[in-house]
Amino acid sequence: MSTHQATIVVKELNHWFGEGEARKQAIFDINLEIKAGGLTVLMGPSGSGKTTLLTLMACLRAVQSGNVTLLGQKLFGIEERQQVAIRRKLGFIFQAHNLHESLSAVENVLMGLQVHGSGDRQKQRNAAIHVLNALGLGDRIDYLPMNLSGGQKQRVAIARAIVANPQVIFADEPTAALDKDTGRHAVEILKALGTQRNTTTLMVTHDNRILDMADRIITMEDGKIVSDELR
Amino acid sequence: MLGLLSKLLGRIPIGWLQLSHNRPRMLAAVFGVAFANVLVFVQLGIIGAFNTSIAKTYQPFVADIIISSSDANTMSDGSSISRRYMYQSLSNPNVESAAEIYVGTLNWNMPNGKAASMQVYGIPPESMNFINENLRAKMAHISLQNTMLLDMKTRGLDKQTLNQLMDNNKPIEMNGIGLSLQKVVSIGGGFGADGNVFVSDQTFLRLFPKKQGGTPSHLLLQLKSHAINTEVSTSVVNELRTRLSAEDIQIHSLQDRIAQDVNYQMTKRPVGVIFGFGVFIGVLVGVVIVYQVLSTDVADHLKEYATFKSMGYENRFFLSVITEQAVLLGCIGFVPGSLLAILIYALMSTATGLPVSMEWSRMFIVLFGTIIACMISGFIATRRLKSADPAELF
Repeated sequence: MSTHQATIVVKELNHWFGEGEARKQAIFDINLEIKAGGLTVLMGPSGSGKTTLLTLMACLRAVQSGNVTLLGQKLFGIEERQQVAIRRKLGFIFQAHNLHESLSAVENVLMGLQVHGSGDRQKQRNAAIHVLNALGLGDRIDYLPMNLSGGQKQRVAIARAIVANPQVIFADEPTAALDKDTGRHAVEILKALGTQRNTTTLMVTHDNRILDMADRIITMEDGKIVSDELR
Repeated sequence: MLGLLSKLLGRIPIGWLQLSHNRPRMLAAVFGVAFANVLVFVQLGIIGAFNTSIAKTYQPFVADIIISSSDANTMSDGSSISRRYMYQSLSNPNVESAAEIYVGTLNWNMPNGKAASMQVYGIPPESMNFINENLRAKMAHISLQNTMLLDMKTRGLDKQTLNQLMDNNKPIEMNGIGLSLQKVVSIGGGFGADGNVFVSDQTFLRLFPKKQGGTPSHLLLQLKSHAINTEVSTSVVNELRTRLSAEDIQIHSLQDRIAQDVNYQMTKRPVGVIFGFGVFIGVLVGVVIVYQVLSTDVADHLKEYATFKSMGYENRFFLSVITEQAVLLGCIGFVPGSLLAILIYALMSTATGLPVSMEWSRMFIVLFGTIIACMISGFIATRRLKSADPAELF
């Protein structure tokens, strides 16, 4: 291992789906190290295993063979209590925004804070509003998701993911539902977090419009890494 | 409401927000809870009336101990017993006085064409101190032969017929004997009989020629000093049981006897058992409806729950959200449920003359039971949470 600890270390990782005859390998012998800070993009055709790799690294899927070390925690055979603890240090942005339809924008963002304990309600609310303001949603804080546009919803989802200052952000096609400008703006926010707070961002994307902002681009094909390019 | 809830829960009241977001679903759940509440309340109301009406058959009397035939389970069934037990009991130094009472049932064809089953009590005129104070003054009027007190609340007896009976001095015919109506009393029928009649023991024996004098249905004892001292009462009961040691009688304190009667009719006779089942079915209906609603709600929010799981929310959190919903549904549904029940009680009591009424204790028990039942439904509904897998979100 290098002198300063890497955020994510992947060692001889293999993964299979299905049982018996139908068992199919999706990830082949992957070794990877991702350092703290910066925006890493995972690319590749659909079915190349990039989303599977992302969920394995993000502690959302159980590691079958090999190991992933995330923020110093080995994920193979991890206990539920540790799993919960590590997930609280992460931020997730999904392709579908996955906002809670019954909660207003600010309440959705608050859910990202309250997972760490209820604490001072007013302080939490102010923090949530601050993030929404920074994302240009200051006039939409009490709107329900159904009254927001696609881009606004995705920005609320980003606010929810970053409000608790996560150390690593995992994003899956966060710009797929956005137009070019909104998409670039969303990625700029994530990139800014990298420079300001040394947040590590790992993003699966097909979107060529934002590739120029990536610090590192890893390309996968058939469950293997075919190129790994630093910029 | 929202502020209070989030203070109570220490978090955003997601359960409530989720419920109120889908109004038709919430309405269905509230209706379901209310429906189950009404079912349970009606059954409990009937059971309550059942118990009250059983206790009522003992209420005309003031006594500490009752001796009945060993095959008697209620006031009105069982064989006759021998009067000699009365004299034997009087030799216990703690027994002040004793009385024999006769109980029988007859059919009365009322002048308005309706028929009523009447519970007839035959009481010796010298035993008036065994009669409840409210009735005692009127009882003085039945010492003459062929005189009676009639229950004005007898089922089927309308006001007009009653006035007619009171105004004209014609005797009322029962079992072929003409009885002169002296006074009316207000008691009301129960599940067994439609109304009550009080006569002297001599008149009773004329009304029921098959019964013999000296073989009453029950014997009542009053203890000295009239102190309702359970210790003394128990010791007297025990002494009598040992000394009389007859297989054909049973000796109990009056309270014990009433409790046994209620218990017998509730558990051994079909009426009581059926209403007991009714309560069970009501609870079951409520649990099923609330479970259905909550589990559909969980299924509809699997994606959101999986997202929360990925963010690091624990199982405890989801349990608390579903419990929040369950308790809220229980409380909200209880309001229309209990109001409707009070209305139905009024209708039932008018229609049957049975003492069906709402009691605070019953309200509390049902509210408490509703919340518990809803929580059980919620607990079952959480099993669906297992399918909320954050790995499926990407």
